This record gives sequence, structure tokens and C-alpha cells, in this order.
Amino acid sequence: MSSLVSELENVRAYYRQSFGNITRVVRVVDGVSLKIFEGDIVGIVGESGCGKSTLANVMMMNIKPPLQFVDGAVRLYAGDNILELNKLPIEVLRERVWGEEIAIIPQAALNALMPTIRIRRLILDIVKSHDPDVDENEVISRAVKRFKEIGLPEHVINMYPFELSGGMRQRVVIAVATLLNPRLLIADEPTSALDVITQKMVLKTLVDVYKIGIIKSIVFITHDIATVRQIASRIVVMYAGKIVEDGPVEDIIAKPLHPYTDGLIRSVLTPEEEVRKRGIKHIPGQPPDLANPPPGCRFHPRCPFAMDICRREEPPAVEVEKGRFVACWLYMKR
Amino acid sequence: MPMLEVRNLTKIYEMGFVRKRRMVAVNDISFDIKEGEIVSLVGESGSGKTTTAKIILRLLPPTSGNVIFEGKDIWRDIKTHEELKEYWKKVHAVFQDPYASYNPFYRIDRVLHQALELMGIDPRSTEGRNMIKEALLYVGLNPDDILGKYSHQLSGGQRQRIMIARCWLLKPKLIVADEPVSMIDASMRGAIIKLFMQLRDDYKTTTIFITHDLGLAYYVSDRILVMYRGKIVDQGAPDELIKKPTHEYTKRLLESVPTLYKKWTWE
Repeated sequence: MSSLVSELENVRAYYRQSFGNITRVVRVVDGVSLKIFEGDIVGIVGESGCGKSTLANVMMMNIKPPLQFVDGAVRLYAGDNILELNKLPIEVLRERVWGEEIAIIPQAALNALMPTIRIRRLILDIVKSHDPDVDENEVISRAVKRFKEIGLPEHVINMYPFELSGGMRQRVVIAVATLLNPRLLIADEPTSALDVITQKMVLKTLVDVYKIGIIKSIVFITHDIATVRQIASRIVVMYAGKIVEDGPVEDIIAKPLHPYTDGLIRSVLTPEEEVRKRGIKHIPGQPPDLANPPPGCRFHPRCPFAMDICRREEPPAVEVEKGRFVACWLYMKR
Repeated sequence: MPMLEVRNLTKIYEMGFVRKRRMVAVNDISFDIKEGEIVSLVGESGSGKTTTAKIILRLLPPTSGNVIFEGKDIWRDIKTHEELKEYWKKVHAVFQDPYASYNPFYRIDRVLHQALELMGIDPRSTEGRNMIKEALLYVGLNPDDILGKYSHQLSGGQRQRIMIARCWLLKPKLIVADEPVSMIDASMRGAIIKLFMQLRDDYKTTTIFITHDLGLAYYVSDRILVMYRGKIVDQGAPDELIKKPTHEYTKRLLESVPTLYKKWTWE
């Protein structure tokens, strides 16, 4: 088995909202355990509001109010060192961890690039925040080399973000995020604002930085299962702040176990004959309010197979086949 | 005779005041739509698909060309306000953002009342109230949960269903749906899409779907028109189109749309 890169153990992270003296606690990440191994490309899928973006921030321990880290452990395996990210102060995370060990590509690439400075300045600023005495020429030549590796023209480095197309910008962000060769790259909906032809180009760039070994593992967060199917080796399905299913991509697409995963996959429309044969399904109802989630399994109010136990007790994640985990009472041996 | 004929439609936007720049949004397109057909206009952003929809809805005048609905040129033959109202009774729009279709200061009942008023039925009469209930049931909503609420109290899926309930009340001949499901959660999309197909099966409602999502177009349509830079570059029945795309753009599009059952090779 390959080595661990990142591990979450029973993590809880809540949003605390106050209106006067009323406090609402939104349990967005609620008891999540997840292991990312070297060589993994993990696709985290779920509907909007299921906590997948918050999970990305928790993996980096990028916790800003109103988000609060409640309990659990976030570990990062850097060679022989095990970093307990949830115990490190923010300055250490900023200087030593973010960018060097773990990096994120945010959803809106335009917002990630400061519009009034050239890409060159931006890169220098970022690298200097890690090492103030770095040799500027060396940084630039390294950046140019990285641009070439992912198929961006060299002169991009002297351009302003607004002079670039959406796809180019997103690729600049990928180049910048991977400049310090982080072990783990988290991509949060990196293609959702782009048209499909550009999307494929950006996905290809991500696969390339992985294949040439710049990064060891990718966590890809998206609502689009078809994209995950193309890029990932493993799918993690989130529903209402919890992981409901985790397993190899091919297996989950061919035979989803959790009723939610099944509904989600059957609602995907792609231009393929199989889709027409399979038909389209929808899941009745709406995701629960995470300030007041239902007892037992959080999916039970929408689940066609809900039993008594589902309404009372929360299902644990069990390994039904090698590498396939599902949290559903239907698969518990009793 | 086709229900809708679009002939050599062109729309040029002019920008600037002194030095005018021209942008050809729709470039000499022609197509026909038969009664009961579901036709999708597919293209990336900026391909002119929404401009085409707006011209058909008589919201935006064309630069040249004709839109002929049931034998009448909608931009030449409709002159009075009465005629326009008559046209909008027959042609209904469903837009992308169901939130923007409602006035947040009024209860959602109002959009249904307006539909009834357009038909000359008093929404407060027993007949009107029953029709509203029937319409909500048709789209799978429970009237008691919905009536009397404001739009922010409903989910996107519910709001979009109410727009379709409005369609059911008016029984339009043609629905122009501009990205009707792109803001709705994946798990709810199926229900909305099925409603359009149900309207077609029950009332022969013709639908033009405007979308960037080839997968959606493939599933719902009888015919797909692919738009690229203001022109219709490819068209055909869905299976025919995905198997034998003729235009270079369609080929590239098909190569780029992520598929669920076939895996890319990443060359």
C-alpha cells in the first residue's frame, strides 16, 4: 500500500452564526474521516451546501470565522514528519505548509490573481512570502520552466491577468499553486466557470502536473460526477456534512451502493446512449438544514429504502469490499 | 406548415457612441420547428443562443430576417398591445434564474394570478382557485406548502416548478426555456426536465431549449441545433449528431464533454 499524504480523523468544523442573542450552529463538516494516499486522485462530489468546499479548507486548516474547528485531527505526512495541522499556529501554516506541502486552486481564478500587477510580480510576491531572500531571477526562470511544462507561452509571465482568457488564467493559477512542488494539490471546482472545451484543457493540465510528478496527489472537489469520472481514481461522496460513500471510480459508477450516490449518478446527463437507456432519476425532497439535521442517517427523509433504524441511529462507515466504504444500514451485516 | 419559422435572422449589436463597434451576435440563421417538437439550441456562451431566444420571445428586435409564428411575422404583423398579449399567451418563457422571475415583495401566488388574469379568469373565483391548485399538483407541488409564501422561502427547484405550473395554466403553444435547469441542484434536475417532456406528451407543447449542456440537450430533444459564433453549424437528431457530427466545432465539443460511462484516454 502506498504511503499516506493527508489524514482527517473524525473532524468537526461548524459555522457559528449569531443574530443578536440567537446562535445558529451549522454543522457543515460533521465527523469526517478521510485518508489520502500518495498517487491518489480523489474526487469529492456532492450537491451545493454539502460541505465539500469547507472540507477542502479544513484539510489545509484554513479556518476563518465564522468557520470554527471543533474537534478531530488533521494530519499531513511530510516524509518522516507527521504534521498535526490543527495544532500548528497560523504563521507556521502560512510560511511552512501552505504552498510548500499543500496547495489549493480556488474556484474563481480571476479572483486569485491580483488584477493590477503582472504575473511576474505576483509570483515573486508569493515566493518571497515563503523565503524573503530568494534569488528573483531564479524564481522567474523556475516559473517560466513550469509554464512551459504545462503548455503556457513564456510571455504570459509579463502579462496582466485581464489580458488572459479564462482557461489561461486558470492554468496560470495551477502553475503558481504548484511552483513550490507541494505534495498535495486541492482543486476546488477549478473548471466550473469555463466552457467545456477550455474545461478539458485545464483538466489536462492538472493531469499533466500529476503525471510528471510535480504533485503526488490531487483532491478534486466538484459537483460534476462526469468530470470526476474522467480525472479521478477514487470518489468520495458527501451528503449533508458527512461522507456517505468512498471507493474506486469505476466501481462506484458501475454499481453505486448508497441510495444517495445511486440517485446522484442517475441524475447525470451526458451525451451517451447508455444515459438514454438508463433514463433520468431525481431524488425527492431537499438536503436538510445543517443547523438542525435529522436524527439517524441524514439522508433518511429522502431515502426510498429508509427503515426504522435509519431514523434512530447514524450508520457507521463499513468496508463492504476492499477499498469500498459505505455508510448505510442497508449494507450492515446483522 | 411548421409552427415556427426562423428565416435569415441576424442581430447586430452596436456599441459605443461616436466610434461605433459592431458585433454580429446572430448571423443569418434559419430553422423550422414543428408542433410538439422539443428542439435544443446548444452552444457556448457568446454563441448567440440567448439572443435568438429573445428575438423569438419578441423581447429584442432583430436587425434583419423574419420570425414567423403560425403564419404571422411576429416583428411585422403584431402591431397593437392586444396582439402582443395574444402572442405572449401562446409563447411562454422559462428563464435560468427562477429567483429573478419573481418579485420578492409579492407572494408567489401573484405569478399564477397574473396568468389567470391574462386568460380573463378571476383568480379569486372558485374556478380560478381550483385551477391554481390543479396546476401546482401537476408539477408535483403541494398547494398548501406553496401558496402564500414569498419566493425566498422556496427552493430553486420549487420556484422553477411554479414557473412550469404557470405554463400549464396558460397552455402555451411554445415554451422558450433558456437554461431552465442550470441553477438547480443535480438531484432535482431530472424532475424539472421530465415536466417539459410531460407537457409535450399531454398537450403537444412545443419547446425550444436553450442550453450549453450537450448532455441535457441529448436527453430531452428530438432535434439539436448547434450554434457557434452566431451561426447554426450542425443539426440533427440527438443520436445522429453524437455519432456523426459534421462540423469541426461539434466534434471538438463532443470530445470535450466529460462522459460518465466511457473514459477518456488523455492521449
